[in-house]
Amino acid sequence: MRRNQVAVVGAAETTELGVIPNMSQIQLHADAALNAVADAGLKLSDIDGIATAVETPQQIAHYLGITPTWVDGTSVGGCSFMLHVRHAAAAIEAGLCKTVLITHAESGKSMIGKLPRSIPADSLQGQFEAPFGVYGPPSMFPIPVLRYMKTYGITHEQIAMVAVVQREWAAKNPRAMMKDPITVADVLNSRMIAYPFRLLQCCLVTDGGGALILTSADRARDFPKKSVYILGTGESVETPMVSQMETFNSSRAFKIAGPTAFREAGITHKDVDHLMIYDAFAHLPLYGLGDLGFMPHEETGKFIADGHTRPGGKLPLNTNGGGLSYMHSGMYGMYALQESVRQMRGIAPAQVKDAKISVCHGVGGMFAASGTIIFTNEK
Amino acid sequence: MAEPARARPKPTPETQHFWDGTQAGELRLQRCDACGNVYFPPRPFCPSCASRKISVFKASGKGKLYSYVINHRPAAPGFTPPYAIAVVELDEGPRMMSNIIDCPQTPEALELDMKLEVAFEKLDDKITLPMFRPAKG
Ligand SMILES: [Zn+2]
Repeated sequence: MRRNQVAVVGAAETTELGVIPNMSQIQLHADAALNAVADAGLKLSDIDGIATAVETPQQIAHYLGITPTWVDGTSVGGCSFMLHVRHAAAAIEAGLCKTVLITHAESGKSMIGKLPRSIPADSLQGQFEAPFGVYGPPSMFPIPVLRYMKTYGITHEQIAMVAVVQREWAAKNPRAMMKDPITVADVLNSRMIAYPFRLLQCCLVTDGGGALILTSADRARDFPKKSVYILGTGESVETPMVSQMETFNSSRAFKIAGPTAFREAGITHKDVDHLMIYDAFAHLPLYGLGDLGFMPHEETGKFIADGHTRPGGKLPLNTNGGGLSYMHSGMYGMYALQESVRQMRGIAPAQVKDAKISVCHGVGGMFAASGTIIFTNEK
Repeated sequence: MAEPARARPKPTPETQHFWDGTQAGELRLQRCDACGNVYFPPRPFCPSCASRKISVFKASGKGKLYSYVINHRPAAPGFTPPYAIAVVELDEGPRMMSNIIDCPQTPEALELDMKLEVAFEKLDDKITLPMFRPAKG
C-alpha cells in the first residue's frame, strides 16, 4: 500500500465509557458511529463502506440505515479494527468505496444484547484445550508468560511495573476507569487470578465503543478536524489455540504484522514518537516491544521498569492508560486506535508534545491474530 | 442438581484415533511419511508439506513442562481452584495442553522443564483424557 493516501477524518468513542446499563451492544455501536460521523461533519448517507467485528456488517449497516458498496466483517478478536483500517485503506485506494465507517462496541460489563461466546465440544479448542480447565482469557492469555520470563530473565516486579506505569498515564485521562496511583507492591499483593498474574495485571471489563471514518487523503482538507494519515499497515494470524503457538518466547503474528507496517511506512524505530501496544494483560507490552523490534526481548522488562515508557519517558506507551486502566470492553483495539488518532490530532488528555508518528499495535484472541497501524499527522 | 462437569471433548472423524488411543492407554500422534514431521492436533495431512500420506503412532508419553498458569478465578466447571493449566512439550516435538496430576499445584512444585509422563484419566465410558505427572526416576 502507498503511504499517506488514506486519512482518518472522523474518530470518536461512545458518549460514555465504563458501565453503561441503559444501552444494548448494537446501540453502543450506533452511539459511537453517530459521534464519529458528527466529528467528521458528515451524514450517515455519505458512508458507502462499513466494517465491524463480532456484530455483523449487515446488522450494523441496517441498524444505522447505511447502504454500503463495500463491507468487511473480519473478526479476529481485539485487533480486528486494525485489520479493518488496513483493508479499508486498500479498498479506498482501489476505488471500491469512498468513505468507510469502522465500528466497535461491546456491552462487555452489562452484557445487554451481547451474543454469548461458546466453544463447540467438537472444535479443536473444545477437544484439546477446554477439557483442561481453560475458562476465559485470564486462564489462557498468561499461559506463555512463565516461559518468556525464564527465557529472557524477566522478573515479576518488572511485569508489575507495566501496570504501575499505565496507571500513571490513566491518571491524566479523565475518561479512564482507574486513576488512583498504584505501586509494584500493590500489584504483587492484589488478588491472584491465574498465577503469575494478579488482578492488577489483567484488563478491566467495561462497556463502550468507538468508531473511525476513513477516506481518501486528497479529500482530507474538506473536513473540520485535523486529518490523520495512514503511513503503514500490517496484519497476520497464527493459531486460535494458545497451546499451539510456535513458541512462547514471541508472537509469530506480532513479528509479521509489526515489521510489515514499519517497512510499508519506511520508518525506523527512532522515528516513533508515540506507541500503543494492546495490553489485555501485563505481558503484552513486553512481547510487543520485542517483536516489533524496538529492542531485544531480554531488555523489555528493564526498559519499562526503568521508566522509559512512563509520562516524560523517551517512548510514551499506552498513553490512555491501556486495557489495564483506561477501559476494556472485550475487544480493546478500537480504543488504542482512538488514542493514536487523538495523539496525532494533538488533542489527547496526556498529549505527547510534537508527536508526529504513532504506532498502534493490536492483538486478537490469545496471540491468535495481530494488526499494526502506523499513523502520521504530516502528509 | 449434579455437580457441574468438566468440558467434555467430542471427537470428529479426524480426531477419533486420538481419543480411541487414550481409551486404550496410548498417546497417539501423527507422523508425515513424506517429510517425517510429527504434529498435533490431529489432521489427515501434514501441516508442514501438505502430504496426505501420514501414519498414526504411539508416542513415548514423555515430555517436559513448557509453561503453565495456576488458575484461581474464575474456575472452569468441574475444577476446584487453584489448578494448573499446563502446556507439555512432548519428546517427539509437539506440544499439548494438559493438567499436572500427583503434584502440588504450586509454583514451587511446578518447575519449568521438569520431566513429565502421560497418565490417563477416565472421564466417562467414551472419553479418557491425557494427563501428565512428574516422571519417576
Ligand atoms: Zn510432511
